[in-house]
Amino acid sequence: MLNALQYEFMRNALAAGILVSVACGIIGTYVVVNRIVFLAGGISHAAYGGIGLGIFLGASPVAGAVSFSLGAALAMGVVSRRARQGVDIAIGIMWAMGMALGIILIDMTPGYSADLMSYLFGSILAVPASDITLMAVLDAVIILTPVALYKEFLAVSFDEEFALVAGAPVEALYLVLLGLVALTAVMAMRVVGLILTIALLTIPAAVSRQFTAHLGRMMALSSFLGAVFTLTGLWLSYAFDLTPGAAIVMVSGVAFALSSVWRALRHRRTAASALTPSPPPSRPA
Amino acid sequence: MTGHPGSVILRMEVIRLENVWVEYDGATVLEDVTFAVRERDFIGVIGPNGGGKTTLLKTILGLTKPRRGRVTVLGTTPLKGRRFLGYVPQYSLFDRDFPVSVWDVVLMGRLGHRGLFRGYTGADQAIAARALEAVDMFQLKDRQIGQLSWGQRQRVLIARALAAEPKVLLLDEPAAALDSRVEAGLYDLLRALNETVAIVMVSHDIGVISSYVKSIACLNRRLVYHDSREITRDMLDVAYECPVDLIAHGLAHRVLDTHNEMTTDVSGEVHDRC
Repeated sequence: MLNALQYEFMRNALAAGILVSVACGIIGTYVVVNRIVFLAGGISHAAYGGIGLGIFLGASPVAGAVSFSLGAALAMGVVSRRARQGVDIAIGIMWAMGMALGIILIDMTPGYSADLMSYLFGSILAVPASDITLMAVLDAVIILTPVALYKEFLAVSFDEEFALVAGAPVEALYLVLLGLVALTAVMAMRVVGLILTIALLTIPAAVSRQFTAHLGRMMALSSFLGAVFTLTGLWLSYAFDLTPGAAIVMVSGVAFALSSVWRALRHRRTAASALTPSPPPSRPA
Repeated sequence: MTGHPGSVILRMEVIRLENVWVEYDGATVLEDVTFAVRERDFIGVIGPNGGGKTTLLKTILGLTKPRRGRVTVLGTTPLKGRRFLGYVPQYSLFDRDFPVSVWDVVLMGRLGHRGLFRGYTGADQAIAARALEAVDMFQLKDRQIGQLSWGQRQRVLIARALAAEPKVLLLDEPAAALDSRVEAGLYDLLRALNETVAIVMVSHDIGVISSYVKSIACLNRRLVYHDSREITRDMLDVAYECPVDLIAHGLAHRVLDTHNEMTTDVSGEVHDRC
């Protein structure tokens, strides 16, 4: 791994992986505790429409993805709050149509098809230095917003009705959160690709939730675990010549499985020791 | 016997409902409800399940909009006035695995007192600590919320409502899952709080509620309220088709403390009707 670092693309990949891990650790924590994994999937896939739009208009695909996925996040947020039923159907439709729109727009762009796969499966080894700067800016937004609104996000995530009665702008907070999900998804798309973005948003948060009962610590642990998974996956992909995005997701998935098994075993052991009658405590007479 | 320490005129109105109608999917849940809560009131709202008790609280809180009629909270609309209300829901829908401690939940009670972008202050923490001590849960403040028993969680939610320093406390079946010792403690606590805070408490159990509250309202779509502790015949007519609860608890004499002769009347009616 160390001698791999002599290449600039490897250093960029490392920086990109860490930046994305931090963003996914923080936002993924909200995604997991709010149970909006499906919504986050919809937002990130709709971003593909933005990439198509950016390419079609000859503008930057990333700028297209950012604006389009922010729009999709707002639309899905409003629909999921207003619609009484069929929210999952509406999200599923926007999810599929966003991707379809992206593909059609790219079809209509003459002479373009080369870079398409890199958005589907990620291209962490091809992240240019300019993208690293952009990712660092997005990271700052993604870190600072939850810091500034920590108590509001906690209250809304935990008990929305109570937050509403207390006078918190619940709907606006929800839309801000989905906007952050959109920004994170666009970032993660570079590293693990569209299809695997959901993995980075959910798996580190799901693992760290098994180890802590504090939202802030869960974010820190998720970010750390995400970085460990990303770097391990990157190393595996370098050593065995594998696709980096897929290797990162496999490492994360295996880690989740191991931690779940460990937790189940520990749970059974405590349950068993609770069943076994322990000797009565000796009492002073 | 008068249930109130002060004259009605001296105590300000904190909540007012005028001719309020609420519908859910075309079905009328509240029908022409007119009702006022004054400072230091302790009102028990009784009535059958599905009679609209929770809807009444949600209407006061502005969580449910009436189709007709007007709701006033502390002289303004529910949306503006509700942050001065402390609400303890019957079912808390939150996720038991949610990574949050008892302490953080109670601090949320201060949310309405601190603007956006600001953390909770030392004063907020002192208020939260007092609220936790009031419900005797301070020693469990570091527990994750899902590790508590139902009754303990209920007390934490009451502490959260208290931390908001409300002018009115709205409780929805607060004792539903408590054992009788804890329940008595809860009512003693509410009685002490009632020195400064008006309380509206929903319950479907007439017997228990009647020994603590100052006045009783009966709700079964329509609401009957006499600003007294007596349950009158028309209340029962409204609230219960079959007031078995009242008789079965053997507490009728307490409920009907000035009209003991009604007990037989009522039970006679029970046999007639059921």
